[in-house]
Amino acid sequence: MTPDAAIRCRGLVKHYGDVVAVDGLDLEVRPGECFGLLGPNGAGKTTTVEILQGLLPPTAGSVEVLGRTWDRDRAELRQRLGTQLQETLFPEKLTVRETLQLFRSFYRRGMDVEDALAVVGLEEKRTARVKQLSGGQRQRLAIAVALVSEPELLFLDEPTAGLDPQARRQLWEIVLALRARGRTVLLTTHYMDEAERLCDRVAVVDHGRMIALGTPQELIASLGAEHVVEFAAADGAALAPAALRALPGVTAVHAEDGTVRLTVARIHETVPALMALVRDRAIELTRLVTHHATLEDVFLHLTGRSLRDE
Amino acid sequence: MSKRGGGPLLQLTLWRLRELMREPEAVFWVFAFPILLALALGIAFKNRAPQALAVAVQGTTGRADSAVAALGVESRLRVVALDSVEAYRRLRTGRVALVVVPGDPLTFRYDSTREESHLARLLAHAALQQAAGRRDVRDVRDVTTAERGARYIDFLIPGLLGLNIMGTGMWGIGFGIVQTRQRGLLKRLVASPMRKSEFMLGQVLARLVFLVFEVGVVLAFGALAFGVPLRGSLLHLSVIVLAGALAFSGLGLLVASRPRTVEGVSGLMNLAMVPMWVLSGVFFAWSHFPEAMHPFIRLLPLTALNDGLRAVLLEGAGIGTTLGLLANMAMWAVGSFAVSLKIFRWS
Repeated sequence: MTPDAAIRCRGLVKHYGDVVAVDGLDLEVRPGECFGLLGPNGAGKTTTVEILQGLLPPTAGSVEVLGRTWDRDRAELRQRLGTQLQETLFPEKLTVRETLQLFRSFYRRGMDVEDALAVVGLEEKRTARVKQLSGGQRQRLAIAVALVSEPELLFLDEPTAGLDPQARRQLWEIVLALRARGRTVLLTTHYMDEAERLCDRVAVVDHGRMIALGTPQELIASLGAEHVVEFAAADGAALAPAALRALPGVTAVHAEDGTVRLTVARIHETVPALMALVRDRAIELTRLVTHHATLEDVFLHLTGRSLRDE
Repeated sequence: MSKRGGGPLLQLTLWRLRELMREPEAVFWVFAFPILLALALGIAFKNRAPQALAVAVQGTTGRADSAVAALGVESRLRVVALDSVEAYRRLRTGRVALVVVPGDPLTFRYDSTREESHLARLLAHAALQQAAGRRDVRDVRDVTTAERGARYIDFLIPGLLGLNIMGTGMWGIGFGIVQTRQRGLLKRLVASPMRKSEFMLGQVLARLVFLVFEVGVVLAFGALAFGVPLRGSLLHLSVIVLAGALAFSGLGLLVASRPRTVEGVSGLMNLAMVPMWVLSGVFFAWSHFPEAMHPFIRLLPLTALNDGLRAVLLEGAGIGTTLGLLANMAMWAVGSFAVSLKIFRWS
């Protein structure tokens, strides 16, 4: 019997002394979806996934994973989950293949080590020592280790943190392939483009609380606007926010560090009006960018801060 | 079903073995270091004729000259004539064992706490009395011996073996575990269905595999280079080595139970090992320490291991006579395993 939720937690709270890391989180991850926890560093994402994986006891709240609880079915759950933790350093002197064999040996069922290598494209590195791998290759190894048991539920904690763009894209391809095969994945990230690209649904978390939940498209649509116009002026003070808000098609104005961001519903009306305003007041623009609204804009809209500030 | 590539215990053991073998420094400390140490000490303390003792004769008078001549007959003394200031200076700084002041009565000046001073006094006394006409009343015949098993190197090799079993056991296990914890790998392992007991057992098994070579190399070196005997049975030797290795594996696990950094565990490791370096009879017999300390010294696992190794190598003791020592080591092994399982930090 398949439970209706791969993960269900209610009222999750975690305190470290006086610090509140997780502050009453409710989550439900459905079987077969790739679910993203998106938030800045320090939002409580890692604490949350470690509690969900039975590595930390919660201060309060209930957790059910694959319809089981950690108290009663710890050994069975360990067999059925796969995980990539943040900041695991595998033994440097073992080869890629030996590392996979070691972890494979802990599981009753699973895939062949060679198949796991193939999934993450590390076949040619099978006899290389871990020490010799690049950052991206190490992360791919971590994912292969997580997959070698063919888990029913996969946890990926910041899988692309600290990687260069090319390595990130390679990892995305791997996760997208897993998603296409219907695996249930819980992924944390502080990259909005990653969440947008990989996840079926995203929970935006900040200060240990969930502040938004939905598909990336839903979240962006919740802004009530599809576009963002960003500009900087030589004399920014010359443009009052009230004047900008009065422009046609503008739904929100946000000024930060000399850059002004307009959230815009109808860009074809806003841009000519903005240009007219700039010309009338003889203001010199130093920068003008327009783009489709992203989860970054959602986060900015909800918190007033950008994701990468912290 | 696909193949698992061996059971988890085998894989965990192989992991540690591979790490040890692929670490050139570890191989040096385990194999080369004890041999170099034994070689250096074996040469330094090689049995040879005892050195002549330095004796000063005070003054340059005719009586002093005849005293110098009389003492010169004794080959175990090296005699110099010095003025009184220089003679006392050398006595104070230990460069002469005895100052002879000719006259009536004849005066011997020496430090009564120094063994060689007593010996020099006895030799000088006999030589001077004989020169003055004393005759011995009994005939005496000397028979000398240099038996294998009674030399310093015979004492030393079992001590070094014990030291090595302690050092590699504690470092090998303690260091490996703390490094695994520091690298976040322990947490990752706990997130898998790995059995914690198998993890610990794997560490110990890998040690034991190394141990066979480690002990073999040191013993073979001792036997070939210095003729150190193995008088007891190989089985008895193996039992003692195994008991010692388990005791120190347990202690290694214990000191590695909590520290999060390699620096932290190094301090604890030294705290545990340095007293045993000194007290447990590695380089000299622990019976030299005051009687009141003996019960404590006997409790230490390295004392038990060293005593056991000497009993089997040098005395050819049967297993029955070392049961107390084996019980001591078993107690340390079981006790430290039990405590470390309780307090171990898995993240």
